[in-house]
Amino acid sequence: MTQSTVAVVRTGTANLASVAVALRRRGVEHRFADSPRDILDAPALVLPGVGAFKAAMDELDARGFSAALRERVAAGAPTLAICLGLQLFARSSEESPGAEGLGAVPGAVRRLEGDVRIPQLGWNLVEPDPGCGLVEAGHAYYANSYALRERPDGWSAAWTTHGVRFVAALERGPVLACQFHPELSGPWGAALLARWLAQAGVAC
Amino acid sequence: MLTRRIIPCLDVRDGRIVKGVRFQNLRDAGDPAERAAAYEAQGADELVVLDVSATPEGRRTRYDTVRAVRGALSIPLTVGGGVRSDDDAGRLLEAGADKVGVNTAAVVDPSLIGRIATRFGSQCAILALDAAAAGPGRWEVVVESGKKRTGIDALEWARRAADLGAGEILLTSWDRDGTRSGYDTELLAAISAAVRVPVIASGGAATPDHLLEALRAGADAVLAASIFHDGEYTVADLKRQLASNGVTVRP
Repeated sequence: MTQSTVAVVRTGTANLASVAVALRRRGVEHRFADSPRDILDAPALVLPGVGAFKAAMDELDARGFSAALRERVAAGAPTLAICLGLQLFARSSEESPGAEGLGAVPGAVRRLEGDVRIPQLGWNLVEPDPGCGLVEAGHAYYANSYALRERPDGWSAAWTTHGVRFVAALERGPVLACQFHPELSGPWGAALLARWLAQAGVAC
Repeated sequence: MLTRRIIPCLDVRDGRIVKGVRFQNLRDAGDPAERAAAYEAQGADELVVLDVSATPEGRRTRYDTVRAVRGALSIPLTVGGGVRSDDDAGRLLEAGADKVGVNTAAVVDPSLIGRIATRFGSQCAILALDAAAAGPGRWEVVVESGKKRTGIDALEWARRAADLGAGEILLTSWDRDGTRSGYDTELLAAISAAVRVPVIASGGAATPDHLLEALRAGADAVLAASIFHDGEYTVADLKRQLASNGVTVRP
């Protein structure tokens, strides 16, 4: 049996226990990516993230990870970005004016608005466009005040609505970015994680 | 559309679930990880673990409890009770909590909320607000597991905590907690109107109608303990009842 391992990018403050537990349930262990080389070479990589846009980007920049992540996503290497991880793909965010994102996709992350509670905390729909291969329709757990509202060219998107309609997930081959938390989304999230791991050739 | 959440709560002391009225006369109600897994299977949207250990030894076991519960769950986990610093919050997050509730320590030092929000994000920083009636349309904050009244206006404190970065308010009615007489809907309506962050109703639930009343009063989520522990209702029972009354819940 081959050792199934996924590299995880530590963005400093991200809560990784739930991600680690969800991976372990699929028979996959995680280790932390500790160099730009590691980010480029890992067979499968998870970019989790909670906290603020600028703090996470500062950390990625300081460790020389940003360019490696951009290159990895551009090359289509198996990557799973979660929550703030998806937002870091964008060029900028209203959360941290002036801070530069990875720019793996065009567009800016904007604050949620409308007659709704913010942050959005709880289970909301995921509605995939027909082009999605990994994301299926269902309910997922979200914890966000900001979101990307446009689908970038070349990506398939899933959608949800909280005050405004926004991107619930983006996918392009084995690159999957989720605004929701698959690791906290019960059996539906576990099944999505399993499909991504299978596509990444890691397990299952 | 965002669904309304049903959140079972486990009051844990020295690694075991306990229950009682107003935190008094505690009796054993089972193993936290086992109950957590059962509630997830019933359709719980989230789980709260409140550590009510009275001793430092008891409190040290809570990290093991959190790890065990996290290992049994694939839904969000909030942990509260005795959180005194952002380092405490960090240790709970590392052990497997997704959100951390602060109560007494935040009243003593409100900047704690901002420190947790800055380090871990607002969605991690939950204000546990225990309120007791202090006159018509007025409630005051109570701390130290209800032993101490502070004289602080509950609405003002809710607003201030949200400004400081609290991403959610877990609102417990001290007058209703453990009484099975229903949530304090007047308190819920007042706090929900005072802040923009989500509000979780807690204290007093005994019937599906109580949950419905709380959601109609403005709560985004309803928390309950004994009705689940006693097996009176499953989460699925309650969701069916709420759905048949027009409440959007996760199937």
